[in-house]
Amino acid sequence: MSVLAFVVTTAPLDLSTMVKYVENQLKKAPASAGAIASFLGTVRNENQGHQVDYLEYEAYEPLAVKAFQRIADESTQLWPDTHLAVHHRIGRLHVGEASVAIAAASPHRANAFSSCRYAIERIKQIAPIWKHEYFEGGDIWIEGATASPDDEEARQTAIRLACI
Amino acid sequence: MHITVLLFARLRDIAGTANLDRKLPDGATARVLWKTLAQDFPEFNSYSKAISTAVNEEYAHIDSELSDGDEVAFLPPVSGG
Repeated sequence: MSVLAFVVTTAPLDLSTMVKYVENQLKKAPASAGAIASFLGTVRNENQGHQVDYLEYEAYEPLAVKAFQRIADESTQLWPDTHLAVHHRIGRLHVGEASVAIAAASPHRANAFSSCRYAIERIKQIAPIWKHEYFEGGDIWIEGATASPDDEEARQTAIRLACI
Repeated sequence: MHITVLLFARLRDIAGTANLDRKLPDGATARVLWKTLAQDFPEFNSYSKAISTAVNEEYAHIDSELSDGDEVAFLPPVSGG
């Protein structure tokens, strides 16, 4: 099975294939992976006092894939030895299901963690993806950040969070 | 010139459609396009300071000049992850 680095899909996410993927990417480099950090974002049962029934995720798919690529390029600028894979699920997701999966490989653990954290912070800032929350008695579009990839202040915030 | 508009999330719900075609004078910007949409869908006005713009599947400034056949997407604040 061929795995791609940056994916938007209606299918359930498979973190283990992504871990393999970034591990293999790093094998092509002079230093092999000494560390792989991964992140799985899952649907919470509660949000802003609502008991969540399910979420519907929607994406502007071609731009979302490009945003993931951009985030990986930014990560490579910051931590040149890292490799990232980012998969985001769309469609209806129930509580506990994974909406986003990230794998970051590096020869060193600090950079693997930083790259992984940076990726999720940047996804929340600039990926053209939206969640529509359904709860008992209603529904609401969740609206977070105005996506602005060139906003340097937002990018610095992501870097700061990634380096904690 | 003919422009295709893509709308997402709540903007699509407000408009009742994900795709629109608009005719604009040559040299018009994405901002001009947004203003014509906000006339048709007054609820769009509350998003004027919050939207992002993409032209032909790339993020673009709202003051970018459009060309015939461009596909313009207006994006409400994002909430992925």
